Amino acid sequence: MKPSLFGYQAPASIEEAISILAGDPDAVVLAGGQTLLPAMNFRAANPSTLVDIQHVADLRGIEVGTEIIIVKAMTRHREFELDAAVARVNPLVAEVMQHVAHVPIRNRGTVVGSLCHADPSAEMPMLLVLLGGSVIAQGPSGRREIAAEDFFQSFLTTARERDEIITEARFPVLPKGAGWAFDEVTRRHGDYAIAGVGCVLSLDDRGRASRVQLAACGIADTPVRLKEAENILTGTTLGASDLDAAVAASGAAVTQPDEIHVSHTYRRRALGTLIRRIVTMAAQRATQMETA
Amino acid sequence: MSTRQFGARVERNIDPKLLRGEGAFVDDIPLPDALHVAFLRSPHARARIVSIDASAAKRHPGVAAIYTSDDIGTLDVEMPLLIPHPSMKNPKTQRPLARGDVHYVGQTVAMVVAVDRYTAEDAAALIEVEYEPLPLEMDLAKALTDDAPLVHADVPNNLAAHFIQTSGNPDDAFARAEHVTKITVQVDRSTAAPMECRAVAARWDAVSGELTVWDGTQAPISVRGGLASVFELDEDKVRVIAPDVGGGFGQKVLLFYPDELLVPMAAMRLGRPVKYIEDRRENFLGSSQERTQIHTIELAALRTGEVIGLRDFFLHDTGAFIPYGIAVAQVASTSIAGPYRIPNIFVEFKAVYTPTVQVTPYRGCGRPQACFALERAMDQLAEELGLDRFEIRRRNLIAEKEFPYEREGLLFADGLKVTLDSGQYGKALAMAAAELGAESFAAEQAKARAEGRYLGLGLACYVEGTGLGPYEGGHVKIHPITGKVYVNTGLSTQGQGHDTVFAQIVADQLGVSPQDVIVVEGDTKAFDWGVATFASRAAVVSGNAIHKTALTVRKKVIEAAANMLDVDPDQIELRDSAAWVKGSNRFAPLAAIATASNPLRYAFNKAAQAATQFARASKHDGPPLADGQAPGLEATDYYSPSQSTWAYGVHGAIIEVDPGLCTVKIRKYVCIHDCGNMINPMIVEGQVLGGIAQGIGGALYEHLDYQADGNLANASLMDFLVPYATEIPNVSILHLETPTPLNPLGVKGVGEAGCIAVGAVVASGVEDALRPFGALKFHQVPLSPNMISYALETAGY
Repeated sequence: MKPSLFGYQAPASIEEAISILAGDPDAVVLAGGQTLLPAMNFRAANPSTLVDIQHVADLRGIEVGTEIIIVKAMTRHREFELDAAVARVNPLVAEVMQHVAHVPIRNRGTVVGSLCHADPSAEMPMLLVLLGGSVIAQGPSGRREIAAEDFFQSFLTTARERDEIITEARFPVLPKGAGWAFDEVTRRHGDYAIAGVGCVLSLDDRGRASRVQLAACGIADTPVRLKEAENILTGTTLGASDLDAAVAASGAAVTQPDEIHVSHTYRRRALGTLIRRIVTMAAQRATQMETA
Repeated sequence: MSTRQFGARVERNIDPKLLRGEGAFVDDIPLPDALHVAFLRSPHARARIVSIDASAAKRHPGVAAIYTSDDIGTLDVEMPLLIPHPSMKNPKTQRPLARGDVHYVGQTVAMVVAVDRYTAEDAAALIEVEYEPLPLEMDLAKALTDDAPLVHADVPNNLAAHFIQTSGNPDDAFARAEHVTKITVQVDRSTAAPMECRAVAARWDAVSGELTVWDGTQAPISVRGGLASVFELDEDKVRVIAPDVGGGFGQKVLLFYPDELLVPMAAMRLGRPVKYIEDRRENFLGSSQERTQIHTIELAALRTGEVIGLRDFFLHDTGAFIPYGIAVAQVASTSIAGPYRIPNIFVEFKAVYTPTVQVTPYRGCGRPQACFALERAMDQLAEELGLDRFEIRRRNLIAEKEFPYEREGLLFADGLKVTLDSGQYGKALAMAAAELGAESFAAEQAKARAEGRYLGLGLACYVEGTGLGPYEGGHVKIHPITGKVYVNTGLSTQGQGHDTVFAQIVADQLGVSPQDVIVVEGDTKAFDWGVATFASRAAVVSGNAIHKTALTVRKKVIEAAANMLDVDPDQIELRDSAAWVKGSNRFAPLAAIATASNPLRYAFNKAAQAATQFARASKHDGPPLADGQAPGLEATDYYSPSQSTWAYGVHGAIIEVDPGLCTVKIRKYVCIHDCGNMINPMIVEGQVLGGIAQGIGGALYEHLDYQADGNLANASLMDFLVPYATEIPNVSILHLETPTPLNPLGVKGVGEAGCIAVGAVVASGVEDALRPFGALKFHQVPLSPNMISYALETAGY
């Protein structure tokens, strides 16, 4: 469990970093290293050069705007989790973050790194998809914005070109008065999700869902927006039969094949349970927001 | 010291060092100019090696040597069969490096020695091996069939051992039975996953002809004997040191692992220190594992619930080799009747070769499997007879007046008849019921169900034969300069706290504080004779040996002090590191007594002046040392147990199952246990809690996922689910102390106790919790969410 020989570069500017990537097809960006370095130790990843972006100017910090939270590439999970301004405009972030691995890993791992790794069982990609966020990719030919739903293409695969660096992720704030919730089922605390579900919803003054966003991780080769369920639930009072219908419509979204310890049936059962609980919890919070 | 140290919650002597990161593990031993080892391991579970080409690897810069089976001379033989037994027909052990065939994924094929581990791994990747893959069978039952592919060509049906033991008259009992219950249960393959993986470093001193080996082993003296034999050296020319070792749990008691022979060999051949630090992946692939057994157990009962007979047949997975003999299966088979009377027993097992790494004892050593089989059967019997689960156990537990309780015909791992020596089994059960709130639980359960929450009560009893012989020794010496006491024994510690409990034993006898007792173990230069750390035996066997020795030294101290202080020996008391004349302020420090007990020529310090030939205190009739006298305050003695001493306990839990997510939460865990007199209750609790945590791993999480091709799919700590602290509930541990009559200290072992019953408790509790969904059965651990989902699905939910 020692990595094979690799080079190391620590560019000071984003342009320099991009040019190293462009000039070496086997160079890989190093941010928090919480996935990449173990993979190298297993020799599952054998990059020619690590391009360490921690010294690149202007890749740190969080900017909270009125509509969007910008998370720069070197921002650690833990910073995002504990940021008070983020919590005010999007309390879902902290709720999701508690499930991301463990504190020592969150201290080092980066939000954008997790997005770029694109593990479909991970929480961060799901959060970006749920909120309808995006990332900014910068490459030799300039910057482009990629919507979350276009970014995650398949298992560990994103729309990022290999000579691009994701400089920031953009997470929308929650709509005023919206309820939110996230939960997941894992074998142990901090493990990747067998299934996880997040929800953001708004209620109208008659208690009907005027807008429902629902997404899941762990069930397919990318995080999944459960659009059929969203459509079914929108306009309803989110009662038991509405939830039944939403759950029934979501089963087909489970496309992960059977694993030794997680059958397709079990995953569907867990997904259904989570949808019921998470939507109900989000609705309760939305109601509380209204009465508050 | 007037307070008794034995039984006190003395803080562990070793903790400050370990907590400050000042421990010295094998990899911390400074070895200038050391070379480093990496192994090339088989990627196939069964294959024939067609060719090995190491030429490119040998040319790789930084490589010192590459060894295959052709290059290791007399070491190219099968390694020892450690515990022979007539039930094995053609026992197979491994060669250090594969020759001809490979028998499991991870088997060592070649060893690379290089300037650093990185280079060694790079070079290992350059060795080209051509394999011809062979068919294989991973399933235990299928492996026994006539047409199954063989792990060893000359072992038909993959049958490694077949053994039957009978106690009483089981056929008659089953003929008389009013009710018979029968179940098949399975405990799956697991591994100890010690925090520190295995490690070996060696240095050969060509001038003195001495070989020094640092080995994270549980058996340094046995390893020394083996190395001396293999390299044809006198034992005194081989020094094996087990320095700080980060957990063993049985995995580190096997000898030999290939590296334990090949690293010293390379050091001797290359004339430089050589080091091998096993990494986590190698620990999963190449270090011993345990657990898979499939039991079909029947209980013959009367309608009262009295169990009059037991029949058990089980398959035991021994992996590709059987170096430790049938120990695991034998312990399982002799623990099968647990703490219950059950006078008539038939137990039969077949040990089966599978193309996986060898199976040797892992904390529990067959007992968790036996406990799971018996306790799940007891639950089923209770249900079928309409009896409460506590009540059926109460009716069968051996009563205090029945001890010693013998199981004629069952021979335990020490080759002696199973004889349960002492205990208060019934009281332990009653305490568990009280601590769990068993009486009011039905109401609590009903209330929770009304709220849509599913609570269940789980219960299991266990026994554990501990403290096996043959023997251990103790050496106690009072240091003449400081008055501190040095203690040695032959076995070694992996973090259990030996240094503290042995110190407590000695402190009481010599009137010193435990902090002034320095225990040095795990170094063959410190103590010459002994066996190893296994079978929950250190406190029992070494503890009693050290106790006996301390008594001898105490006698010497008192005699010498009486002489110095000019009183009768019965006027002397030992406290505060000194000998006092009772009821007076006259005393002599232990250092002074030790110095005076050593007749000196040269007065190197003030105290020593009193021991020289012209000093008043050394006036003797005759020579300074009388016939039969030895200098100093020192003694060595040994303890050899007459038989194993049997600890026991009752575990129970309140468990919540979430049927929607199929998850299990342990709401409350109760452990009543009895290991006889406790030397240090805090250390006992640490042992028990650690065992329970490991047991929870085995009950819910830890499962080695072997694929049909023999590859291990989860050879990492990311995928092999060792429970975190977040998965371990608070445990309430209640002690019972029934001194064993078998040894002077009245102690029984406790190292393995915690893990034994947990699987049975959890399965029992999950079944109870899910009763509203029907009679769902959980007969396999680890019990996964998937199994719960499947059971619910089968029941129509």
